[in-house]
Amino acid sequence: MAVSETKPIVVADGLIKQFGRFSALRGVTEEFAPGKLYVIVGDNGAGKTTLLRAVAGLIHPTRGTITVLGTRKIKDVCQKIGYMAHSSLLYDELSGIENLNYFGELYGIRSDTSREVIARLKLNPALERPVGQYSQGMRQRLSLARAVLNNPELLLLDEPFSNVDSRSAQQMTELLSELRQLHKTVLVVTHYPAHLKSVADEFVSMVAGTVVKRSGTLEAGV
Amino acid sequence: MKRGFTLLATVAGLLLSFGLYEALIAAPTERTMGDVQRIFYYHVPSAWTAFLLFLINFAASVVFLVRRNAAADILALVTAEVGVVFCTVVLVTGPLWARPVWGIWWAPGDIRLTTTLVLWLIYISYLMLRRFSTSSQTPLVAAIVAIFGALDVPLVYFSIWFFRTQHPSPVIGGGGSLDPRMARVLLINWAAFLCLAGLICWTRYLLEIARRQVEEAQGMESLLERSP
Amino acid sequence: MSYFSIARSSLVKDIRLEWRSKDAINAMLFFALLVVVIFSFAFDPTAEESRTIAGGLVWVAVLFAAIVALNQTWSRELRNQVLDAYRVSPATGTPLFLAKAVGNFIFVSAIEALMTPLFVVFYKLRALGPVGELLPTAVLGTWALVVNGTFFAAISLRTRSREVMLPLLLFPLSIPALLAMVNATTAILTGEESARFWVALLLAYDVVFTTACLLMFDIVLEAE
Repeated sequence: MAVSETKPIVVADGLIKQFGRFSALRGVTEEFAPGKLYVIVGDNGAGKTTLLRAVAGLIHPTRGTITVLGTRKIKDVCQKIGYMAHSSLLYDELSGIENLNYFGELYGIRSDTSREVIARLKLNPALERPVGQYSQGMRQRLSLARAVLNNPELLLLDEPFSNVDSRSAQQMTELLSELRQLHKTVLVVTHYPAHLKSVADEFVSMVAGTVVKRSGTLEAGV
Repeated sequence: MKRGFTLLATVAGLLLSFGLYEALIAAPTERTMGDVQRIFYYHVPSAWTAFLLFLINFAASVVFLVRRNAAADILALVTAEVGVVFCTVVLVTGPLWARPVWGIWWAPGDIRLTTTLVLWLIYISYLMLRRFSTSSQTPLVAAIVAIFGALDVPLVYFSIWFFRTQHPSPVIGGGGSLDPRMARVLLINWAAFLCLAGLICWTRYLLEIARRQVEEAQGMESLLERSP
Repeated sequence: MSYFSIARSSLVKDIRLEWRSKDAINAMLFFALLVVVIFSFAFDPTAEESRTIAGGLVWVAVLFAAIVALNQTWSRELRNQVLDAYRVSPATGTPLFLAKAVGNFIFVSAIEALMTPLFVVFYKLRALGPVGELLPTAVLGTWALVVNGTFFAAISLRTRSREVMLPLLLFPLSIPALLAMVNATTAILTGEESARFWVALLLAYDVVFTTACLLMFDIVLEAE
């Protein structure tokens, strides 16, 4: 691993997470440098989602520590983190703009920012339909819009491309490459790393709760 | 440690036998209630022991909330379990005593029995929560519920106290002064019950520690398994 | 990002969700109606008798109906795991709790407003005491149920069979509040005693548990 000159933005040290007798993470010690786009790949149950949730501060590690943006109290820096989960994290009965206005309120963001973000993801801000009636691609884009609403330094994405049509995937990839140019750090967990071939800095492979390999290129067969 | 345990067990055994003799044979027969009053020597010490255990449960829960140390959590769990057992004794012996004396099994206006019943319900629900919880932070949530339960106790007491003023009902024992010989038997039995409770809590405490160690070892084992 | 604006938009959001999905309110209404009708078959009192038992019946019916609303309140947040979005945001838990409790208060009060006339009709009720005191009793009593109910519904989120767990946790703790509500209502209906003490007890209950809930909700929200 190359020594980076800047301080890492995420440091996991001996991270272990057990759910009952099942160990989702078995000692992850890794650093992630700022301004890069990391793609985390691995089979189901490899611990990718758990790692991402630990970085987001949603789960408490059984052992080990995780330091994000220089602190272990992730709640203190959550203003600078964006998190997109496997589920949409949206209210199905509310329209897109109602959803974003509500979540914006939690970050102290005004509604014109929500409209801007929606437009950037090529969604129609005037859309009155509840999110439950959106297509999967639109819902994923709106979900991404929610995650980037607070203009985060560190963006965590869990399976952004699942069940997404190619046009939506294209739009999301474009946004991610824009973010990378703005020196934001992005961690993406995905089963479809090919979408990110052009923008990824590093591919991180996980097997059975540990990181087994990090490399700059995506090899065939991963 | 092991010797302390044996000593406590011996003392508990001796006190319980002595207490039994004192309560059933040596203590004077109550003038109006007769022999049935002797249940008093089991009813009241059980109640005091249960209340003491619940008090420890509350203190341990507060300590856990502040310090987050596992020992406080185990202590809270253990005292709640054993407290419920002694509380059950109170709730069984109470009506057994009430029936011949008042002619009824249960008087909802009786402040002490009813408060005990509510307390029993609260701690049963506390133990159920511990059992059903899927959270990895069960001790934390349980500590909060224990504190809520403790906050409820004075409110329960006052509500029943006022309920009684509107629905008068007889009170067992209480009032008047206790014959000093009866008081002595009561105290002996209480000491015996305290030793017994301490003994059960101690055993249960060690058991719980062992259980957690096994769980942790199994967790470590699953860490080492290399299969995907 | 101010405390009250978050609480307000959470409340508006909840009411909007309920208005569009009508998950809780329909079930609650029908449930309350069923309880009233079944009680009317089970007990057929004279006007005189009903004054002494109606207090108990009304509040038990409300308690059951409230459980329906309380169980819904957090399951709305579990769909699509929306609660995670709240947990990763800088907002603290208490405004959300306050919004949920107030929302439940509104829902349960609406049910009470609809059930009361039904009870009056079925039980030929006519109060002999000061009817005006029913209002503080109802307000304080309903708050007593929903504040702890909202809190324990959040706790039972992290348990197996959570819908069953809520009443198991809530009912024992609510006994003093229920006793107060029932006796205050009976006192007002029969006009024989004053309801003052019971109303004061309800007030004390509300103050104690509202404070405790607000102090400890963040811990509950943070726990996985």
